[in-house]
Parts: sequence; structure tokens; C-alpha cells
Amino acid sequence: MSAPAEVIVSTTADESSSSRRLADLVFKIREFGIIAVLLVFVGVTAAIQPRFVDSQNIKFIFTNATIYALLALGETMVVVARNIDLSVGSVLGLSAYLSSDLFTRAHGIPIVGVFAAGLGIGLACGVINGAIIAVGRVPSLVVTLATLYVIRGFDIIVVGGGMVVASSLPSGFLAIASSSFGPVPYLAIVVAVVIGLGAYYLRSFRSGRELYAIGSNPEAAQLAGIPTGKRIFTAFVLSGGIAGIAGVLWASNYGTIDSTAGTGYELQVVAAVVVGGVAIFGGSGTVVGAAFGALLLATINQALYVLGISSFWDEAIAGLLLIAAISLDHGIAASLTSALRKRSLERAT
Amino acid sequence: MNDASGANRVGDGTKTPGEALNPLLVMDRVAKSFGAVRALGDGSLELFTGETHALVGENGAGKSTMVKILAGVYQPDQGNLRIDGKEVVIASPAAARDAGIAVIYQEPSLFPDLTVAENVFIGRQPLRSARRIDRKAMHRRVLELLAPLGVRLDPERIARGLSIADQQIVEIAKALSLDARVIVMDEPTAALSAYEVQRLFRVVETLRASGAAVLFISHRLNEVFAICQRVTVMRDGMRVLSRPLEGLSPDDLVRAMVGRDVVEREQAGVIERGEVVLKVERLTREGVFVDISFEVRSGEIVALAGLVGSGRSEVARAIFGIDRYDAGAVYVGGERLKKGASAAAMAAGVGLVPEDRRLQGLVMELSIGGNIALASLGRLSRFGFVRRAAEHKLAGEWATRLRIKYARLSSQVSTLSGGNQQKSVLAKWLSRRPRLLIVDEPTRGIDVATKSEVHRLLVELAQEGIAVLMISSELPEVLRVADRVLVMREGRLVAEFFHQEASEESIVAAATGQAQMVVP
Repeated sequence: MSAPAEVIVSTTADESSSSRRLADLVFKIREFGIIAVLLVFVGVTAAIQPRFVDSQNIKFIFTNATIYALLALGETMVVVARNIDLSVGSVLGLSAYLSSDLFTRAHGIPIVGVFAAGLGIGLACGVINGAIIAVGRVPSLVVTLATLYVIRGFDIIVVGGGMVVASSLPSGFLAIASSSFGPVPYLAIVVAVVIGLGAYYLRSFRSGRELYAIGSNPEAAQLAGIPTGKRIFTAFVLSGGIAGIAGVLWASNYGTIDSTAGTGYELQVVAAVVVGGVAIFGGSGTVVGAAFGALLLATINQALYVLGISSFWDEAIAGLLLIAAISLDHGIAASLTSALRKRSLERAT
Repeated sequence: MNDASGANRVGDGTKTPGEALNPLLVMDRVAKSFGAVRALGDGSLELFTGETHALVGENGAGKSTMVKILAGVYQPDQGNLRIDGKEVVIASPAAARDAGIAVIYQEPSLFPDLTVAENVFIGRQPLRSARRIDRKAMHRRVLELLAPLGVRLDPERIARGLSIADQQIVEIAKALSLDARVIVMDEPTAALSAYEVQRLFRVVETLRASGAAVLFISHRLNEVFAICQRVTVMRDGMRVLSRPLEGLSPDDLVRAMVGRDVVEREQAGVIERGEVVLKVERLTREGVFVDISFEVRSGEIVALAGLVGSGRSEVARAIFGIDRYDAGAVYVGGERLKKGASAAAMAAGVGLVPEDRRLQGLVMELSIGGNIALASLGRLSRFGFVRRAAEHKLAGEWATRLRIKYARLSSQVSTLSGGNQQKSVLAKWLSRRPRLLIVDEPTRGIDVATKSEVHRLLVELAQEGIAVLMISSELPEVLRVADRVLVMREGRLVAEFFHQEASEESIVAAATGQAQMVVP
């Protein structure tokens, strides 16, 4: 088979690599945008209240952001596949209590054992979510909204009026969240590496790419022979497991754990993911972006506290950022599509 | 690519397949019914390596059913499929793929957020160590697949925003990467520009020359004659002709496709065209349609033709007040209609039979009678209560008049066949005695017999003095029924033909903006 004499270019664009550059640029702007907003926020707050950038405060922000960013990693895998996991806050709460309670119930348990317990609890919750969603074909919004309440209710029954207090926890356990290298907690570095690995997985492995494919066009994914049920199940199990680990870290960070641990985290995490550029209807976005989204929300959180502004504004601002991010994504997607189409029209006529 | 079939080939060196060769794929008397409707009675087809085979027939002739059976979407009720002489069962799209059959749809369904290369190789990406995706190899292989097709596409760009023509190329590259030997193209040119059609033809020719069997489905006979070697004609679910194209004329094909008495419109003179019922003046909706002006007179059937996406349905929706418009005006019987108010349009005597009767035209859970009476409830009510007897009487009258085949008027409308459902929607609006009836794709997906009944009905309505605006993608229907044909392209009205001067070629040329192709 010999090549035809004439090579015909794409009918979509004059020079299709320029279209790619345009698309790439847009996505870079999207991720740089978060960093820019972050810097502006830090700059403005520091100008008003210099204490904001002292080492203690920065460490506090990083520790908070670390837990959110970890949860955002699991949530991103679910959201890129056009699903949502609203149960992460409840899973975190249950895992935080049950795992840290082991220090009093099972004396001398190694810290690794406590982490394993937290992971196990999270995986179990993830399996329940994943099974109902993938096998029962019930929308994840409904399923995880239900398990949000069921798991929290279970937590409340188990905890009763009790709580785990810091004095009952070994100092080595409390040190996990608190020890740091300058203002940067070791934990943040570990989580950053984990997020890096997560990003690499989603980028470079078939099963990772297939999550994006499912979110981008579920019917086509099915037709292409992608095991969509299996992939979605796995994503929920991973999200659950990560929430379980995050629960143990939460316990290490706060030391005092009752049945309200992690309440409302699910919305903060979804907000972080979406603000971080993950499309709420799936198909695009990165875990690195989501982690920056988490960092941004944690920074705003602390900035308002340092500035002495009511925590009501905290949630209001998170909400506003969410709307801004979604509108921005919508606008970007629409204008990108029309820009690419326009080129093809110009080409065709 | 064609090792196995190549062995069958007699060493005559000619590219034109002869009947003596063993066909690559045989569809043998395949039948398929949906409920009471027989979509396919005798689906038979022989495909040879190295040929481009045309599958033609009117809409509803069974072509799409045959494609879906080949694609593994439908399972045949009867008959069998053979590849290389061996019987195969294509139970799923994956099985079709494994059997070496690839289907390129009119509008491919890609992953918009993934790159071109990933769209080609999703689930089968080339790997390097530790089962990681080898991006470089993947991109190189996409370029290798595209090169012989003579198409340059950047494998690393995302699929979002690709033209339909380029999306088809991505699907073709995917088919090649799967070593597909049978490539089915289901009306691939319907939404392409002239330039893109030419490019596709070159790609098809390359595929054919490399030993693939291409099944090419098109309504445009000039395209069939331009690139195909053999043809199979379907009519009413039956194969009526299968032979080399050589020695056939387009007229022969049309005769084979139609094969029955065409409902000829009794032309003007029977009734004088009445006064202007609908007047549309410079109607514009940003980005959708621009500067649309036309009139429809009482007793006249005007067809709006054009490609899918040219803005025809949107104009109809704007006239009826479902959608807003940015500029211009709509007059019915001389009165200006309020924009964006369908209640006002209905009060002025406008009826709309929408394109998707399941979603927009009928309340599927309601009875047949209830659906027919739905638009007339005001007239049928007394003190706010609907008089059941009056409703039943009205529904019965119209059901009889339109020859709707039903068991009981109180049965759910979803029990009706597609054609009878469509007639129920018509009955619903006709019972209001509209002055202007807008019908959007009135015969989509209904069987041939009912189709001609709907046509007869539309003609009758016009003779009674109703003005009819019909949107249709089926050119035979447009040519048969319409007094006047308005053609839209990319949101603009680009041509107007009177019945006598309209032809399939002239409408297609106007709709696609191409100069008429030379038929060899």
C-alpha cells in the first residue's frame, strides 16, 4: 500500500498542533489560576496581618490542607469517572474514632496496626459504596448521600457520649501529624509524594485513563469494552480506603475524637476537587490540581481566622469559589469548543 | 491485513471482485422484527475484499437494522452471518470488533476529553515496562495509521472540537488499529462539507485498495456512483437488487428503491392557494439562525430541508414560541405572535408535531384517547371538569379518520406502533383544527405503509386549507409532498425550489453548499 501523493490535513484546523497548544494553554491557565488566587490571598492577608506567614501558622495550614488533599485524591478518582463520593467525611469520622480507640482497647498495639485498622474500615465502607453503585447500578449521588448518614449514625451509636482524648494516645502517634521540617510537616511531604504517585497512576496506566474515558463518555466506554463497573467499584474502594487513612491522620492531628469528627468534610473535599479544576461531570482534571484546591481552601480558612472574620464567611467563600470555578470551567469548555470549531469552519469555507 | 482472504483470491490481479470469488462476509436472509413491526425481512448481502459496496434504500428500508446487526447491537431473529465461509454470531459490539467488523457512524461517539491517540487506543494502549502506557509508541502508531489515509491529525490534541469529518477519521484509525476487514460506513457524508466528502472518498479508496471490504451507506446516489463498485438495494425490509454498478443508471437505482406507485401530489389547480397564514420576517437567533424570512399560504405544504444541525427545528421551535429569538417577527393570519409564548401560538391556531414523539409529543402513560384529546381539553371541559364522553367522541372520530390501529381508546398510547403513535400526535393537533400545522420529521422511524398514509394525510389537510410547514431530512418525502422547498444551511435560508424544479440533487447541493457533483 503506497502513500497517496497528496497529504490532506485535518479539516478541523489549519495546523492542528496550534489547536492543541490552545487547548493545553487553557488547561495550564486553569491550574495556574488556582496558584495565582492562592498567592493573592496569602499576599493580601499577610499585608494586613503579618502573623499569617509565620512558621507556626503556615504549618497549621499545611497540616489542615494535607488531610483535605488526601481525601481529594480519592474523590478525584471518583469524580473524573462522572461519580461522586459524599460519604468521605463520615468514613473519616468512623475510622478516626475506631482506630484511635484501639490504643485504649488493645494496649501496646503498634501504630502500624492502628493505620491498618483505619485502612480496613475505609476499604469496607468503600466496598459497600462501590458494590451498590457498580453492581446495583444506583446513582452514586444517592448511594453516598445515604451512606453519609448511615455511617455517621453508626459512628454516633458506637461512640455514644464518649470520646478519645489526647492523653490516651501515645506521643509517637500524636507526633505523626505534628513533627515537621521547619514549617512543613513531614506528613505533608509524604502526602505530596502519595499524590504524585496518584497523578502518575491516573496518567500512565490503562485503568487510570479508563476512569477518564468513563467520565468523558460512559456509553462509548462501554462500547469500547472498558469494564466500567469494575473501574468505578475500584475508584470507590480507593476513595474509602484513603478516607480511612485520613481518619487516622485526623486523630493524630486533633487528638480529641468524638462522633462529630469530619462532619461536613465531604462538601469541603468536593469543593477542593472542583476548585482544583476537576470537571464535576467527569472526564478531565488532575489530582495535583485538586490538591492545590485543598490547599487554597485551607489557606482561606486560616486567613479568615487570623483576620478575625466570622467562620460563617469561611463557608460562604468556599461556596463562592465553587460557583466561580464551575462557571469558569463551563465558560472555558464552551469557548474552547467554539474556538476549535470556528477554526474548522474557517478551514472548510 | 487480508492474509486470510488473500489466499482465496484467484491470481487474476484485478481489483474488481468477481462473483466467482468467495465473499469475505455474507449476510444470509437475515430478518428482524420489533414487536409487530418487521424492520427487516430479507437482509442479504455479500461483501468481497477490495470492494466498496453501496447499500441504498429509502429510510425505513432496513439499512440501519442491517448495520446494527453487523455492529452487534441487534440480534437477528432469523438468518445467519458468515465470515470467510464460517458462520459467526455477533452477540455484542465487542464480538463485532473481534470478528473484524468496524462501524463508522454518521456522528461518531468519541471521548471528548481524551486525546486523539487515546481515542484510537483506549483500553489497548501500547505498554512499556511495569505496564505503563507508552505514549510515544502510541502517538507514533496513530501517525502510522493515519499516514496511508493521507490525513494529518495531531495525535496529542483532545477530541473535543474536532469536526465530524475528523471524528470519523479517528474512528477509521481505530478500525485499522483493530485490523478490521469489514468497514461499515453509515451515511458518513450526511454532515460533511464538500471538501470533507472528497477527503473521505480518498480514504475509502485507500481502504478498499488495501484489501478491506467497505460497506458504504448513502442517500446520495452520485456518491454511490463515484466510489462504489457494487450495490445492494433494499426496499421495505427486502433485498431487491444486488449487482455491480456498471451498467446501472441513477434512475435504475431510484426505481429499484421506490418500486411502487409514488403518491404523486396533485399539483396546483386543484385548489387555489389561499391567503398568507404564516409570515416569518427576518427571524434571527444569535448563533443558531439568521435572517429567516418566508411565507406559508393556506393550502400549501412548505418543506424546510437541510442537514441535521442546519437550524430547521430551531426555526420551528421559535415560530411556535418554545424558544426565544433575538430579532424579527412571526405573523399568523396577519397578527404578530408574542415571542416565546407557545400558548399564544396555540391560541392563534398553530400546532406543532415535534420531532421526538416519545419525549415531546405524547404522554406515554396516558391512554390513546387521552393523548388525542390533550390539546383540546379547554373545549371539552365544563366548569373545569373534562367531559369524558365528549373526550371519547372526539378521540374516536379522529382515530377513525386517521386510521389509527388500536385495540381500545383507553389503552396506553405506548402500546401503539411507532406509526400509530405518530398518527396520534397528528390527531391531537388536528382535533384543534389548526390554521397552521408544523410537523418536524413526521415519518421518522415508522414503517413504509404508514409513512405513505401520513403523506396522504398531509396532502388532504392542505387541500382542506390548512397551511403545513414540514421539516424533513428525507428527500423523497420532501419531493413527494411539498409544494415548495426551502433549504437551510448553517442557520441561513439558502435556496427555494418549487415542486417542479426541486430534485434530490439540487436540494443536497444547496444544503451542503457544494456545486453539484459530476456523476460519472
